[in-house]
Amino acid sequence: MSPLERRKLLTGLAFSSPWLIGLSVFLLYPLLAALYYSLCDYSVLLPPVFVGLDNYVELFQDRLFWKSLWNTTFFALGSVGLGTFMALTLAILLNSKVKGLTFYRTAFFLPSLMPLVAGSLLWFCMYSGQGGIINTLLGKIGITGPAWLSDPNWAKVAVIFMAVWGAGHSMVIFLAGLQDVPISLYEASIIDGASWFQRLRHVTIPMISPVIYFNVVMGIIGGFQAFAQALLMFGPTTAGPPEQSTLFYVLQLYNVGFMDLRMGYASAMAWVLFLIILGLTFLATRLSKRWVSYDR
Amino acid sequence: MRLASALCALALLGSACSDRQSESNRGVRHVVYWEKWTDFEGEAMARVVDSFNAKERQHAKSQPGYRPIEVELVTISNIDQKLLIACAGGNPPDLAGVYSYMIPGYADKGALSELTERAKLVGIDRSQYVGRYYDLATHRGKLWGLPTTPASAALHWNKRLFREAGLDPETPPETLEQLDEMAEKLTKWEVTLPSGEKQIEIGYLPAVPASQKRLLQVGFLPMEPSWWTYGWGFVFGGKLLDGDQITTASPENVQAYTWLASYSKKLGVDSVHRFQSGFGSFASAQNPFLSGQLAMEIQGVWMYNFIKKFADGMLWGAAPFPAPAAHPERRGTAIADTDALVIPTGSGHPEEAWLFIQYTQRQDVMEELCLGQRKHSPLAKVSEAFYAQHPHPYIRLFREMGASANAWSAPSTGVWGEYRRELQTAADQISNLTLTPTQALGQVQNRLQISYDRDQAIFVRRQR
Repeated sequence: MSPLERRKLLTGLAFSSPWLIGLSVFLLYPLLAALYYSLCDYSVLLPPVFVGLDNYVELFQDRLFWKSLWNTTFFALGSVGLGTFMALTLAILLNSKVKGLTFYRTAFFLPSLMPLVAGSLLWFCMYSGQGGIINTLLGKIGITGPAWLSDPNWAKVAVIFMAVWGAGHSMVIFLAGLQDVPISLYEASIIDGASWFQRLRHVTIPMISPVIYFNVVMGIIGGFQAFAQALLMFGPTTAGPPEQSTLFYVLQLYNVGFMDLRMGYASAMAWVLFLIILGLTFLATRLSKRWVSYDR
Repeated sequence: MRLASALCALALLGSACSDRQSESNRGVRHVVYWEKWTDFEGEAMARVVDSFNAKERQHAKSQPGYRPIEVELVTISNIDQKLLIACAGGNPPDLAGVYSYMIPGYADKGALSELTERAKLVGIDRSQYVGRYYDLATHRGKLWGLPTTPASAALHWNKRLFREAGLDPETPPETLEQLDEMAEKLTKWEVTLPSGEKQIEIGYLPAVPASQKRLLQVGFLPMEPSWWTYGWGFVFGGKLLDGDQITTASPENVQAYTWLASYSKKLGVDSVHRFQSGFGSFASAQNPFLSGQLAMEIQGVWMYNFIKKFADGMLWGAAPFPAPAAHPERRGTAIADTDALVIPTGSGHPEEAWLFIQYTQRQDVMEELCLGQRKHSPLAKVSEAFYAQHPHPYIRLFREMGASANAWSAPSTGVWGEYRRELQTAADQISNLTLTPTQALGQVQNRLQISYDRDQAIFVRRQR
């Protein structure tokens, strides 16, 4: 390597060093440390003791691991599925040329700006079984609404609805994608006699499929890390009431690591979650080759 | 460039050392004290800290060369987790105010300094305290902290609702059977008649379908407040831990939770869910007891503060919690708990922190603190002036409840956090009639015995 090349290399490394240092200190080290601790009996206050795969073996036999995984999967699938559908529907509606469009766009985007704590309190009041606005409105059309937050069959659904309410960010991304679809394609399909639904099915969806793919992957990653919603809506207990129906995976991880001082076990949980998210993202990427179109 | 880097490094080093330098410059011994209290409770402790610091400064003036102690009170939220991180990182505060349930877990893992010898040297022992509160600061026969402000619980009842129901507002129930009977008379529904008309009815109304009735007021709900639900077994003579055995599914505990389930059967699970979901948060005017939706409940000494704040003028009373008629000696069964001051291992000033703890244990100082926090004193000796000045009308009762043989506390084990969560879930399952008490409590017992044994094994390994 010539002195000039070495100098260039050093300059390059110096400029990228903030990112490299950040990645190593705040991502790589915690990741590897957690991997090591997951193989240890580590109570935080005492030095870790190596126990091999014991934590993983215990994890797969733990009722609460499976319970929290099921709760989280239900929430992630529900919030990603419903959230994507709602965000896409709203984006398509907001992409049309109607009067007061700016107002509607702002109105639908606003909930996603609401801080999680304030939003949770608002939904807490709306979900009230007696006198809450949701059940009052349901009552007007002759439906007896459930006790959203006290009934174990409805508590998770209630959290999903709250998550969908904040789908404004996805909606804006979809809207940007929709506005990027060439008009010529719509014109060609109209000339060919395509109906509105056919245009949606064969032009719009394929053209914005990369955006859908992006939102779904980000939604899955976020959904599997659900934590604050359950704590805010059902706290101060972290037991995931009612009947552990809102005991999400990260909440259980928090319980085990910070409340029960079993950081080794919590690290094993964190690694399993990491692998699950990695696997799902990989799966989505593989599937994307079949349905995501990058043609322009 | 090099010069700039060197200057930056020096500046960083300088700021890191500044604390120590300023401490020695001022000639004080600086004690960092983490405490969880805020609002008037935090202010009460701040006054104690100020008076200690003033006393120290005074002492330094009269004795040249004496380096006074300066306690710095730092308010910390979620102290259970932040103290854990600070201890693990090797940078704990010199002194911390903790919940007593934290002591066993921290002590077993070597995160607290033992105070047994220190206490013995200055003549502090159990006889100077309400025994239970002192015991809460001990674990495995050793002393790890000293109590500050304690709490105990009792039955609270709404006198207005009693009068409206035709009950004597000055006579609370003494037995569980009386409580059940009164609760029925205090339960009020809005019933929708086939004609669409609505009328108010009293009692449990088992013949009316849930869709045609709506709870307006309940006499008593064992699931309210939710933090107490793990304690019902004690009213029936049950225990949660007996020696090294987790005893959640004992016959006494099963009997207690069967009683709990009886309310769901009488009121209907759906009706209770709907009613409960209309409750506001504890610290609000929508708290069911404060809003008059719930006539009786078990609550702690702190409830007075919330009544004053959110329902001033409410007519209420407090009495020992009723016992089953067959066991009148169990009347007054309730939780007794305390906050405690501890010195984390790794404290930079353990001697100075101990001197501050000692100061707080003086009768006059403790009474000032407890008066400020509107609680009772954990000390055996209490002045009449303390009671005379105390704003809480039932403060003597709460003191008696804490001192009573029927008072109970969280089992002294590092797995209490998990135990409490599991019991909360079991109570949910039982009150929702999803599982029978035997099934739900059996699940808890099996799980917790494993956790308890594991925790013991960690302790034994550390001892080796």
